[in-house]
Amino acid sequence: MDLSAINPVLLVASIMISATPILLAAIGEMVVEKSGVLNLGVEGMMITGAVIGFIVAINTGAPLLGFATAAIAGAVLSLAFGVLTQIFLSNQVATGLGLTLVGLGLSSLLGKPYEGQKTVTLPKLDIPILSDLPVVGRMLFSHDIMVYLSLGIVVAVWAFLKHTRAGLILRAVGESHESAHALGYKVIRVRMLAIMFGGACAGLGGAYLSLVRVPQWTEGMTAGAGWIALAIVVFASWRAGRVLVGAYLFGGITVLQLNLQAAGLTWGVQYLSMSPYLITILVLVFISSNRSRSSHDAPANLGQTFHATR
Amino acid sequence: MIRRTLLATAAAGLTLAFGAPAMAQDVTKACFVYVGPIGDGGWTFQHHQGALAVKEEYGDKVEIAWQESVPEGADAERVITQMALSGCNIIFTTSFGYMDPTNNVAAKFPDVKFEHATGYKREHPNVSTYNARFYEGRAVVGHIAGKMTKTNKIGYIASFPIPEVIMGINSYYHHAKLANPDVELVVTWAYTWFDPAKEADAARAMLDQGVDVITAHTDSTAPLAEIAKEGSSAWGFGQASDMAAFMTNDDGTPGPRVASIIDEWSPYYVKRVGQLMDGTYEQVDSWAGMPEGEVVIGAMNDAIPDDVKAEAQAMIDAITAGEYHPFTGPMNKQDGSAWLAEGETADDGTLLGMNFYIEGITGDIPN
Repeated sequence: MDLSAINPVLLVASIMISATPILLAAIGEMVVEKSGVLNLGVEGMMITGAVIGFIVAINTGAPLLGFATAAIAGAVLSLAFGVLTQIFLSNQVATGLGLTLVGLGLSSLLGKPYEGQKTVTLPKLDIPILSDLPVVGRMLFSHDIMVYLSLGIVVAVWAFLKHTRAGLILRAVGESHESAHALGYKVIRVRMLAIMFGGACAGLGGAYLSLVRVPQWTEGMTAGAGWIALAIVVFASWRAGRVLVGAYLFGGITVLQLNLQAAGLTWGVQYLSMSPYLITILVLVFISSNRSRSSHDAPANLGQTFHATR
Repeated sequence: MIRRTLLATAAAGLTLAFGAPAMAQDVTKACFVYVGPIGDGGWTFQHHQGALAVKEEYGDKVEIAWQESVPEGADAERVITQMALSGCNIIFTTSFGYMDPTNNVAAKFPDVKFEHATGYKREHPNVSTYNARFYEGRAVVGHIAGKMTKTNKIGYIASFPIPEVIMGINSYYHHAKLANPDVELVVTWAYTWFDPAKEADAARAMLDQGVDVITAHTDSTAPLAEIAKEGSSAWGFGQASDMAAFMTNDDGTPGPRVASIIDEWSPYYVKRVGQLMDGTYEQVDSWAGMPEGEVVIGAMNDAIPDDVKAEAQAMIDAITAGEYHPFTGPMNKQDGSAWLAEGETADDGTLLGMNFYIEGITGDIPN
């Protein structure tokens, strides 16, 4: 074993890239769940974003346009989920799973002609001064713009939920839709917007996979990233800062264990790979072991349907 | 009431759907179970090419059907059962993890022929196994890797610790070492056959640590896309399929894919379905390689120096002619104990159960 072969600067840099897709998807899903809606279709929206982003980028030569379209595509797909669950009051779990299946099938259909093609990818930013700093310049300040955008979204979501009136309303809708409705807030409208935000973020995350991280289109390429994003939201107990920690931890451990293996460590790698899931289970046990604490964490109306006349 | 009507309709529909092919026995139905999507550009893509070759060869006399992305394990058993029920005469299950499901289903359908790829269990007379000698291809790319590395560190993205993969690692390393005595091998286990992001991460981890030639035992083209980011300072190989998209860069310079190991299943599939139709079908344990055309080395690009190309071609010719076996002694096991004496070649049984590294490889095989 030769741990000195691992360069910490490159390790952190590749962790940031590796974690970005799940970070984007998870922060979007957190907002959705904060509004009281459980959308299990993250995987489907991600892969739709991945294929749409790829198609647009390859045809226009503009990756940023690909990202924008991917966000719109994710939002449009999530809108279908929103209409079904919020207006037609369908079961959220079943509809979310359906959304995943639709996304996987749709993306495979749309992506067929694009398999094996190469696309233009996002350039790495060259930030004056910062990028030239020793160590941190390469580690933190030489990424593409989407890495910083994802961090910006996390900060924005945190500030929105914590410090704005609209954020307070969104949380109120998630905690008690009856009360929010009685106070005159438009529960369904708020939830629709949250669902679309979640869809847009998942679309961006998917496009990051197909345009930067891999970068190519392969059918089924998200390979479960959407489910990891869902696990991160629970792991983070619905807080923006912890979503960031969770995404970097989940993404980081994958990269770290591969680096450890490449450096010659073979023992215990499997345990390291499964540790994020183990931690998620522990967090769940911890949350549910204490009733008063659980009321502070999961939105009280998570996954429940709302109808104004009930 | 409504539910009962629905069930009756469904039952009628099932009879129509599954009953009809059973009556028309003059058409042979060949079915394929795939572990990944056809669009993976690798393993599953090649199996599907084989399936299409069957259709091409026999036309209206055969009907083909397939199911993609079938998880290994309990789900596979359900899918295979459904295929057997729907009138398939021969079912090809194309991944190692379908071994037990295939044998379980075969016990229930003695009249259906089952063909399991890369496995070793034939518990029933209607189960055959088939495989290709991929280690012959690994030998050739190992030689190229040994000659091309500048850092003397070469990489292998491994999927699962099964004999098939260990055989590939040993063959790759052995021939790299023969070509370049200073070479060092880095193995990472991805524990997946198909997860482009993770495959790319594995390639990235190796590149960050100075590995400059990587071969993959996973199914997608993601490692090549990751290697491409290094410009022309790191190289890789097409795996299972030619992956020709990475052969040349857009600016005309040689791409990261310097050569490839192609799995050519068509000869086997065409032969077996043909035998089933003319009644000469028998249970087999098939393990063919370069001589039969089941393992093919794709075109080498210009990143490889001409003398190395010639050496690689000579090795291909020798293996194809049956003059050279990639596991020819002297070879020792990792712990230094003798395995093959000078000139001795490995027998198939040892290879198919291979659970040890050869001398010079560092690290342990995970359990």
